[in-house]
Amino acid sequence: MSDLGELVLVVEDEPQMRKFIRASLTSHGYRLVEAERASEAVALATSHNPQLVLMDLGLPDADGIELTRRLREWSRVPIIVISARGREEDKVAALDAGADDYLTKPFGVNELLARMRVALRHAQGTSAEPPPQALEFGELKVDLTRREVTRSGIEVHLTPIEYRLLLLFAQHAGKVLTHRQILKEVWGPAYAAQTHYVRVHMAELRKKIETDPSRPKLLVTEPGVGYRLRDRVS
Amino acid sequence: MTDTPARPDPDELLRRVKEEQARAKRGKLRVFFGFAPGVGKTYRMLQVARDLVSDQNLDVVVGIVETHRRTDTAAMTLGLEVLPRRKTEHRGHLLEEFDLDLALARKPKVLLVDELAHTNAPGSRHPKRWQDVEELLEAGIDVLTTMNVQHVESLNDVISQITRIQVRETVPDSVLDRAEAVELVDIAPEELLQRLKEGKVYLPDQAQRAAEHFFQRGNLLALRELALRRTAQHVDTDVQEYREEHGVAATWPAGERILVCVGAAPSSGRLIRATARMAAGLRCPWVAAYVESSVLARMSDADRDRLEAHLRIAESLGGTVTRLSGARVSEAILTYARRNNITRLVIGKPTHSRFRDRFLGSLLDDVVRGSGDIEVSVVSGDSLTDAPVRGSTAALEPVKPWHFVAATLMVAATAGAAALLRAALNLPDPEMLFLLTVMVTAVWFGRAPSLLAAALGVACYDFFFVPPFNTFDIADRRYILTFAMMFGVGFVLSELARRLKGQEQFALSRAERTSVLYALSKDLSSADEPSQIAQVAARQAADVFAASAVVLQVGPDGALKPIGAWPADAALDANNLGVAKWAIDHLELAGLGTDTLPGSASVCAPLRSGPAALGALALTPAEKVPLRAEQRAFLDVFCRQVAVALERAQLADEARASALHAKTEEMRSSLLSAVSHDLRTPLASITGAATSLRDDAGLSPATRVELVESICGEAVRLERLVGNLLDMTRLESGAVSLKRDWVPLDEIVGSALTRLEVGLGNRDVKVRIPTDLPMLLVDPVMFEQIFINLLENAAKYTPPGTAIDIDARVERDTVVIDVSDHGIGLPAGAEQKVFDKFYRGPHTGIAGAGLGLAICRGIAEAHGGSMRAENRSGGGATFHITVPIGGQAPEIDRAEAVGT
Repeated sequence: MSDLGELVLVVEDEPQMRKFIRASLTSHGYRLVEAERASEAVALATSHNPQLVLMDLGLPDADGIELTRRLREWSRVPIIVISARGREEDKVAALDAGADDYLTKPFGVNELLARMRVALRHAQGTSAEPPPQALEFGELKVDLTRREVTRSGIEVHLTPIEYRLLLLFAQHAGKVLTHRQILKEVWGPAYAAQTHYVRVHMAELRKKIETDPSRPKLLVTEPGVGYRLRDRVS
Repeated sequence: MTDTPARPDPDELLRRVKEEQARAKRGKLRVFFGFAPGVGKTYRMLQVARDLVSDQNLDVVVGIVETHRRTDTAAMTLGLEVLPRRKTEHRGHLLEEFDLDLALARKPKVLLVDELAHTNAPGSRHPKRWQDVEELLEAGIDVLTTMNVQHVESLNDVISQITRIQVRETVPDSVLDRAEAVELVDIAPEELLQRLKEGKVYLPDQAQRAAEHFFQRGNLLALRELALRRTAQHVDTDVQEYREEHGVAATWPAGERILVCVGAAPSSGRLIRATARMAAGLRCPWVAAYVESSVLARMSDADRDRLEAHLRIAESLGGTVTRLSGARVSEAILTYARRNNITRLVIGKPTHSRFRDRFLGSLLDDVVRGSGDIEVSVVSGDSLTDAPVRGSTAALEPVKPWHFVAATLMVAATAGAAALLRAALNLPDPEMLFLLTVMVTAVWFGRAPSLLAAALGVACYDFFFVPPFNTFDIADRRYILTFAMMFGVGFVLSELARRLKGQEQFALSRAERTSVLYALSKDLSSADEPSQIAQVAARQAADVFAASAVVLQVGPDGALKPIGAWPADAALDANNLGVAKWAIDHLELAGLGTDTLPGSASVCAPLRSGPAALGALALTPAEKVPLRAEQRAFLDVFCRQVAVALERAQLADEARASALHAKTEEMRSSLLSAVSHDLRTPLASITGAATSLRDDAGLSPATRVELVESICGEAVRLERLVGNLLDMTRLESGAVSLKRDWVPLDEIVGSALTRLEVGLGNRDVKVRIPTDLPMLLVDPVMFEQIFINLLENAAKYTPPGTAIDIDARVERDTVVIDVSDHGIGLPAGAEQKVFDKFYRGPHTGIAGAGLGLAICRGIAEAHGGSMRAENRSGGGATFHITVPIGGQAPEIDRAEAVGT
């Protein structure tokens, strides 16, 4: 972490929520700019070029999905949306519009920081570093050059689809992926509506890589949104 | 005699108070009453109007005044506001009429409307000006008006007898009776004749000739006397009312009641007027009774209309109208009379020959014989106006020319058949065959063709079968008797057949009406919604009255809304909506062929079951044919049925709404108690811990950590409670829209277990889901909530370390999932109650609002499934979730997946 912490744009109309986020983030070395409205947010994003956007979906002047779309027109800044339980479709819409992750209110400060770290790491990772040779998640190892997957040292045989699925999650470790995103990446754009494909293959994949497939610890379901590969690196 | 002063009957008092209240709102009518044109009524009216302006400074407006180019009268209107007249065109003539709508809109305190008996131009709202005035009075406007004695309905026939001039423009007596003041404008007849000579009396051109008859000294004297008497009668009524109001002993002759028998004959009109006068003289109520017997079936439309007109006259003269039915007219009348304490019967003097009575029985005789102590007055029924329309009672169906041709052909065929039979069988008497033919023609074609058949039959018989053959000569004189008998029998047969047919048709049309009403009430009883009722009513009405029908409902804002139509695209334009509005406001039939807006395309009947109309039924006959009188009567019955059904539906709606309201109230109160307890407890802990942290500097680090932990724990509890309340509310309000998807059960259970990783502690959850279990078509987020709630409950109510089992299996076309714990089980008998909202087990010290299981069941039911609970034999509870499989899960093409 540098002396000058990352600049975070917080878009939130609730003063109490802003206060909480401000307190938590500044004490962890982040710098903040705050916006109450979508219009302000666009102006601040243009003028300050933040490294992360934390955005509440319910804003007084526009909804967060629209704001995400507008930001994505010119910026690749990681966006984390915040929304209440029961608004899963909004989250999915925001994620499909280009948001990187989401948080469900109420959330703890650790959860917030973890999500931000994942988002920031992925944003930096895309820049220069050469792709890693292998990825490790607990007992699971994915050897990218040899296309080999092992669990506790024992080789796991995956079908090509399963391997592609696992690879996609590995590359986005810690990040949520919506059904639509997964279908587009693994099956192609024509399959975007066939969510049951994902579910069935995810079940198969879990049986092979999870210690207890009935209580998944690695590939977890985000109800109504998609899946996430739990990232314990942080 | 007692000394107790006569006290007014309380009911009577109440009626009077009500009347007075109505009268207070109603405008006051002041009539300037004269015995002939030219006595100066209009002049006097204008004089009074000017006085009202100058003395009382009232808002007086001239609605319509005919000055007839007399300068002195015209001068009287100067300085008064005069409403412009409504100009209409009728058959090329430009007509000027009083503008009712303008007057209602202007709403002055006092309005002058000349010539109360005037007949409005076609296309006006009301046919008669007195009806306009009634509406003005209803609107609370005082009206000054003028009329002559010959226009008084009850005096109409007396005056036409005196003057030999039939006056068609009449005003019901009730209008005059209700007038606040009747002022007689009187001059001596000699003076009037003098003014006539000087040309000071205006007479319309067509009346010039009649005027010669009219303006004769004798006539004028008689008219003046009648006018004086009529005015006195009004004063008399005032005195009467005054006496009653002030408890002065009643002079009302006790218990007199008159009944007049009314029929379709034109003379009935006179009978009614005579009765009204008689009743007025006796100051007693009277009834006009009409007996509906099978004879109605033989009535022509003209007769029916006249009958209805008579009944309307009776109503307008203040009588009560009653319709009786019975096989014998005399019996029906006498039964009614006895039951209703009638003291006097008025009946018309017969105009037919005594001969007819011999054979058919006489109504008069029967009534007099059976009258007992009821007085019977026989009033002259001779008609001054028009002769009774003979033949109006003729055929039900018009006789068509081909009926005669057919009758002739049938006789010819009979003759042929008789000839053949005579040749083959040597049949001696073929006359029976001819009689048969006459009877058949009577049944099929009616009287006239059957009489033709009888005549032709006699001729054929004579020509072909009576020796000498093939001539009309008769060898044997006895055959003449045969001919006469043949003809006579034919005549009687045809008459009998015709009557039979009439009765049959009457019975048929009655049966038809009954069956329509039956069908209507049956259909209505199965309709619950006002719109369904309206649809049923519209369809039936369209069918019965051969018209397009629209049912309108009065909305809460008073606007009319069509709620049913047949054909479905039938609609009303603004004009006809106006007719419907009038019908609803005045609770009367209006539109096509009625007294109000008769020129409209539609006829509208109010749908009324209580004091106000709920709506209206509008009928638009295809060819603009007005309804017949008996159709109108039927429409009335029809509308009442529909109105009752509509009211029932509205009441049911209200009952449902109030039941729902009560339930909501109940729910709200249990919600409030839950909220007050379950929300306040965590809030109290949070507030306590947070304030300690803020205010108490001396806390040990360990205590600080403890307090912070408690804040976090309580916040989680609060979050869950609020989430549950939200879920419950959404489920209850039906605001949940399921986002169904094909999901493997493993994923749902897995997700729930992952989420509850911490909460379940060291409990061993055994998941046994068969690998071939079909995918479920469910909303994954909501369905997962079932497991989360069940598992949380298990964690709360079972000892740590006990196992939880999740099993699933297919049962027929459902998937059954069992979630079992190994705790103490459910309280005995509470297996179903646990799913009730706000149900809390007997466990103490365990937080929760008692919503978790209610939400589970709500979600299961939203998916078309169900939930139940039971205690297992080995201890602990099992919750069964049943969901329909919901069709064939989509195939997953695995080969495709291996592609790359």
